[in-house]
Amino acid sequence: MDRYNQGIRIEGLKKRYGTGDTAVDALKGVDMQVAPGEVIGLIGPSGSGKSTLLKCLGAIIDPSAGRMTLGEQIIYEDAWKIPDLCALRRDKIGFVFQAPYLIPFLDVTDNVALLPMLAGRSNRESRQRAMALLEALDVAHRAKAMPSQLSGGEQQRVAIARALVNRPPIILADEPTAPLDSERALTVIHLLEEMAAQFSTAIIVVTHDEKIIPTFKRIYSIRDGRTHEEQIKTHP
Amino acid sequence: MISLAGRDILHSWGKFVFTGIGLGLLIGVTLTMAGVYRGMVDDAKALLDNSGADLWVVQQDTLGPYAEPSSLYDDSYRGILTLNGVEQAANITYLTMQVRPAKDQRTAKDVRAMVVGTPPGRSGEPGQPKHLIAGRHITRNHYEAVADLASGFDLGDRIVIRRNEYRVVGLTRRMVSSGGDPMIFIPLQDAQEAQFLKDNDAILRQRARTAENPTLNRPGVLDAVIASQSVNPFVNAVLVRIKPGHDPERVAESIRRWKRLTVYTRIQMEDILIAKLIATSSRQIGMFLVILAIVSAAIVAFIIYTLTMGKIREIAVLKLIGTKNRTISGMILQQAIGLGLIGFVVGKVSATLWAPIFPKYVLLEFGDAARGFVAVIVICVLASILAIRAALKVDPAEAISG
Repeated sequence: MDRYNQGIRIEGLKKRYGTGDTAVDALKGVDMQVAPGEVIGLIGPSGSGKSTLLKCLGAIIDPSAGRMTLGEQIIYEDAWKIPDLCALRRDKIGFVFQAPYLIPFLDVTDNVALLPMLAGRSNRESRQRAMALLEALDVAHRAKAMPSQLSGGEQQRVAIARALVNRPPIILADEPTAPLDSERALTVIHLLEEMAAQFSTAIIVVTHDEKIIPTFKRIYSIRDGRTHEEQIKTHP
Repeated sequence: MISLAGRDILHSWGKFVFTGIGLGLLIGVTLTMAGVYRGMVDDAKALLDNSGADLWVVQQDTLGPYAEPSSLYDDSYRGILTLNGVEQAANITYLTMQVRPAKDQRTAKDVRAMVVGTPPGRSGEPGQPKHLIAGRHITRNHYEAVADLASGFDLGDRIVIRRNEYRVVGLTRRMVSSGGDPMIFIPLQDAQEAQFLKDNDAILRQRARTAENPTLNRPGVLDAVIASQSVNPFVNAVLVRIKPGHDPERVAESIRRWKRLTVYTRIQMEDILIAKLIATSSRQIGMFLVILAIVSAAIVAFIIYTLTMGKIREIAVLKLIGTKNRTISGMILQQAIGLGLIGFVVGKVSATLWAPIFPKYVLLEFGDAARGFVAVIVICVLASILAIRAALKVDPAEAISG
């Protein structure tokens, strides 16, 4: 289990909305761990707490209790241990959404290079990093194109490049294959697996998509605010 | 670091440019309103400058001759000339009226003008038309005129003032009244007659009334009375130029004391024109400026707010990927200022282009433009606050809420 010590570990994570009689426990004690380079699936019915878990992991909302550890660093233990959550999201967490949500007024390169620039890296270095990723994801030929000029698949690749550009230890992917057909959905998952292996990034994919679920080695199912490690698939 | 505001403006430049043009036209109107006020002040100063006087001697206890009616005997200037420090003194009359071309003239339109009665004289004497650009000064006591270019009359044109025709013998530039009407100079005697000229029926009735009065209808008296009724011995003011080295205030005091007349110095006359004659107009324009500034601010606020609301998803994504609030606020602020800059440039160019078309003088001063620029930027900054507040309230979770 040593390799999990380098990834993300979540222990007893709880989230309660509201107080008193109207309080709702969305997460009742989530435990999960993802190793660097691993892609895991997070599934569950609507209202099971997937989105809440994703928002807690993404430092978008505050959990109510529990512990989250990123590598050796405890980032949450009944309270955030990192003062600048903005920087945490920028430097330690990558996001891939159901829709690419690229910034429409920036070209492909700058959509990707924006994150390292926000982190204080020079324009030159940021663009070099961006280009390297665009090449790895096979969209370098569209580097100067605007998002509106790209196909859906190209936009999703650029979104993946943006999630990876600051080399975060964890990527949260929220239904990244929902709008894609089976072939493209599988391509995106394989791409995420490749990137996870190449950059030692732990990737959590929230999905309802039956066709991609079999591709995950491990799956966490979330029901009634608790996670269950449901299935361990052995790849040939 | 990329300029997010700049990229957004470049990406949707059409929206920004057309919005900026709309705002610019509003700013242009605002700058023009300020120019109209400056033009009024400049017209008032031009009136004083062009009169060539250091002192204005008017009827006692009046604010004449521009702000109130004033009449004093046309021989008053002789006594004034004898006082210490007085170099020149000249009678002057002012009469604002419609001046029409003679019937056979090409020029069809009549024109609102300030008819100035001045004795024939030379350039540089008080009351004489300055800035003569064609022709000559009035040299005869009757039926000659010098007209300002703005009147539309040309050399040789014949114009009608009351019952008499005058030939235009000279043209001037920028000789206007405080209301911006062009000046037309005619000989003093004609102007005095024109001021109180009655129609023939009225003259006949007045003579009959006089003849019916037993105290006046006596041999030798009646003719003298009727003769005195048919002439106007009054002028509106005496313009005085003082000798070099003399204090205008002391000379004015001397005239007040010995001639029992009211005298104004240049500074006092400027105060009368600006603080009294055009005060209401300037307040009116001031109100317009305030309303236009508020409308501009509301429009900028609305535009920036709408543009920001149209980017809620992008702002949520930016916040989610770790963009600081400061960067997002800066983007909105820069866009508001960018819009203000486009608006100001369009406004300044528009005002410069359409100012000469205005019937009255519009003076666009650099200082007003600079103040306008600062006001536009301040308005844009204030107007962006609403949009910034809305942007800062955006929840990054909106980016992953599907």
